[in-house]
Amino acid sequence: MRKVAIYGKGGIGKSTTTQNTVAALVEMGKKVMVVGCDPKADSTRLLLGGLAQKTVLDTLREEGEDVELLDIRKEGYGGTLCVESGGPEPGVGCAGRGIITSINLLEQLGAYTDDQNLDYAFYDVLGDVVCGGFAMPIREGKAQEIYIVCSGEMMAMYAANNICKGIVKFAEAGGVRLGGLICNSRNVDNERDMIDEFAKRLGTQMVHFLPRDNDVQRAEIKRMSVIEWNPDVPQANEYRTLASNIDANEMFVIPKPMKINELESLLLDFGVLVA
Amino acid sequence: MSGNNKKDANKVVDELLKVYPSKVARKRAQQIVINQKDKELNVPEIKANVRTTPGIITQRGCTYAGCKGVVLGPTRDILNLTHGPIGCGFYSWLTRRNQTRPPTDKDDNFMTYCFSTDMQDSEIIFGGEKKLAKAIEEAYNIFKPKAIGIFATCPVGLIGDDIHSVAKKMSDKLGINVFGFSCEGYKGVSQSAGHHIANNQLFKHVIGKGKEKPKGKFRINLLGEYNIGGDAFLIEELLEKCGITLVSTFSGNSSYDGFANSHNADLNCIMCHRSINYVADMIEKKYGIPWIKVNFLGADASAKSLRKIAQYFDDNELTEKVEKVIEEEMAKVKKAQKEIRPRNEGKLAMMFVGGSRAHHYQELFNEIGMKTIAAGYEFAHRDDYEGRKVLPTIQIDADSRNIEELTVEADPVEYQPRKTEEEIKALEKAGLEFSGYEGMMPTMENQTLIIDDISQAETEKLIDIYKPAIFCAGIKEKYTVQKSGTPMLQLHSYDYGGPFAVFDGAINFYKTVDRMVNARIWSFVKAPWQTTGKPVLEAELVHN
Repeated sequence: MRKVAIYGKGGIGKSTTTQNTVAALVEMGKKVMVVGCDPKADSTRLLLGGLAQKTVLDTLREEGEDVELLDIRKEGYGGTLCVESGGPEPGVGCAGRGIITSINLLEQLGAYTDDQNLDYAFYDVLGDVVCGGFAMPIREGKAQEIYIVCSGEMMAMYAANNICKGIVKFAEAGGVRLGGLICNSRNVDNERDMIDEFAKRLGTQMVHFLPRDNDVQRAEIKRMSVIEWNPDVPQANEYRTLASNIDANEMFVIPKPMKINELESLLLDFGVLVA
Repeated sequence: MSGNNKKDANKVVDELLKVYPSKVARKRAQQIVINQKDKELNVPEIKANVRTTPGIITQRGCTYAGCKGVVLGPTRDILNLTHGPIGCGFYSWLTRRNQTRPPTDKDDNFMTYCFSTDMQDSEIIFGGEKKLAKAIEEAYNIFKPKAIGIFATCPVGLIGDDIHSVAKKMSDKLGINVFGFSCEGYKGVSQSAGHHIANNQLFKHVIGKGKEKPKGKFRINLLGEYNIGGDAFLIEELLEKCGITLVSTFSGNSSYDGFANSHNADLNCIMCHRSINYVADMIEKKYGIPWIKVNFLGADASAKSLRKIAQYFDDNELTEKVEKVIEEEMAKVKKAQKEIRPRNEGKLAMMFVGGSRAHHYQELFNEIGMKTIAAGYEFAHRDDYEGRKVLPTIQIDADSRNIEELTVEADPVEYQPRKTEEEIKALEKAGLEFSGYEGMMPTMENQTLIIDDISQAETEKLIDIYKPAIFCAGIKEKYTVQKSGTPMLQLHSYDYGGPFAVFDGAINFYKTVDRMVNARIWSFVKAPWQTTGKPVLEAELVHN
């Protein structure tokens, strides 16, 4: 089984990209589990057809110790197994501790054991790695490969670079590696070339360039992945390509984060000033 | 064991510092000072109230311990609720250290209980405010206390539970005084930060809330006396004998109403300067009650303190009564000294405890001829060592800035200076010092060692070098000291002994120390083969 964590700046489209990619992997015949690590618990909405999932932490709170895998794992599109870690409402408690607790519980309940016959487990993690809890999915023995969703917007690239710094720390201590960048296009000038170059500078690759397409939103409003909503639209093929690139990926590296001034000059070289 | 008095202090310091890496040694060197007084009683500067170097085994406790355990813990009718996982509440359960005596069986005494919200993983994740509110309500329903204090532990600060808003909400709902202390353990360099936080909140939420005018002509508060081993009972008895009314004690044998009415006393007397001077200063500013430093540990010190109080009230009848009591008490004390002193003359004592205790107890040792060769505090600041005259030169560091400093102004209604400026000046001229504390170092001999925040390694080394007749500290140090064959007297709690305050307590102290120091048992701590290097039994292995 491959354990994959998806990181990236808040609002960049991690959950959407993850679920659409998972749908494509399912189409390829893969057995996939998705673990949402966001207190909002909206990482499996497109696979389950809505926010139908009771979170691990809510279940734990209500059921006490008598929690079984079936209580917290729901089957979604194409037999995907969906789990939402959940967490506190904004402004109270500790969401990071919540993720630690819920991932530990999943392990204890045997969600990752061989008899589950999983090909992939995806962790969809909220925003930046703000504290230890949000780094839980990439600690020793958890996810081995990370994909960072970014775009050609400056703040998204800053965030990606910062996440790389976090990966270096955990990569040196354990086995986690960066698998590549996924560019979720925002129609920025020279975006494809710039992210391609950015990836190279980080010592990695751009796994795929996802063009901007309103069909993603159309499917989303119907609570579906693009492939489920309409398998024949061009964007469905984009996710299929991304899924097969990930499936075939053999390039796993410890990234070399860029210095801030290098990152800024990259932005200058690739067209921020052109126009 | 008579101890070794003739050591070169400089060499001892070198010896203590030898084991440290150079950076740590440089820091410790500023906290290990050889006492040297000049004619004006100026002493060398000592570094104090700074972070302990990680890796050093320190005596210190945490901010929560200073707030919940020390200052608020000894109050019997405030229900003290720890918000946190169970360990903090359980291990600060004051099962025996501080005594209390409710006036009747019907009066509240919560000190025998231990209250905690018992936070679980789930409250860490989702926030603990709801559980806290529920716990307050539950405690109220069962015990109907006048007031509830909430104490924050480390995780509460980390997840950001707003204990003060919960306190306010529950106070409105239940109609009793509920107040919180943000005394998370990590907040200061030692328990000292917790004392300050406790002082602030008592001042904000309790002091001055009472409407009762206490009777009595000579009304005082006793600050920084925690009734360890029943000390406060002896002081109360003595004050009563002299005709002095004790309005409140902070916080030995204390009650909520005492605190609430403490602004109606006419003089504040401070025992432990470190833990409570903030309250004294704030009360003076808001209500006009001056404060003086007193010490009821040691017969002479107790007599001196009584005379200071009498001098302040300037009343012939009181002065006569005080002198009569001192005369009576001193007769008993002198008799005990005469018997016990010859056996202990010249023996050495060491004391590393508290923020005042290492100073106060030297009086008692002096009275039976024993000399304090080395002393230090666990959580004191420079003013406790060098005297309050150094206050303007103390640098406020980031750790101290972390603790709220209240701005206090004179109360428009309640402010009432107890003495006119002329009266204060006249009293000062006659030798009564206001708002002053001389500190420990000016009262100790030259060439004695003053060590702040002593480490375990230094403790062992000092004992090895000086072989003192007695070593005083707390429970954490007790057994390692005893293993060295040195009698060890606990001064945080009195273990199985005490009380040691005022005259009867002094006699008790002389006897206790006499018994410990002159007991032969300590020479048997090491087994014969450990000292002689020879086996005790010899035998041959016989095959059958």
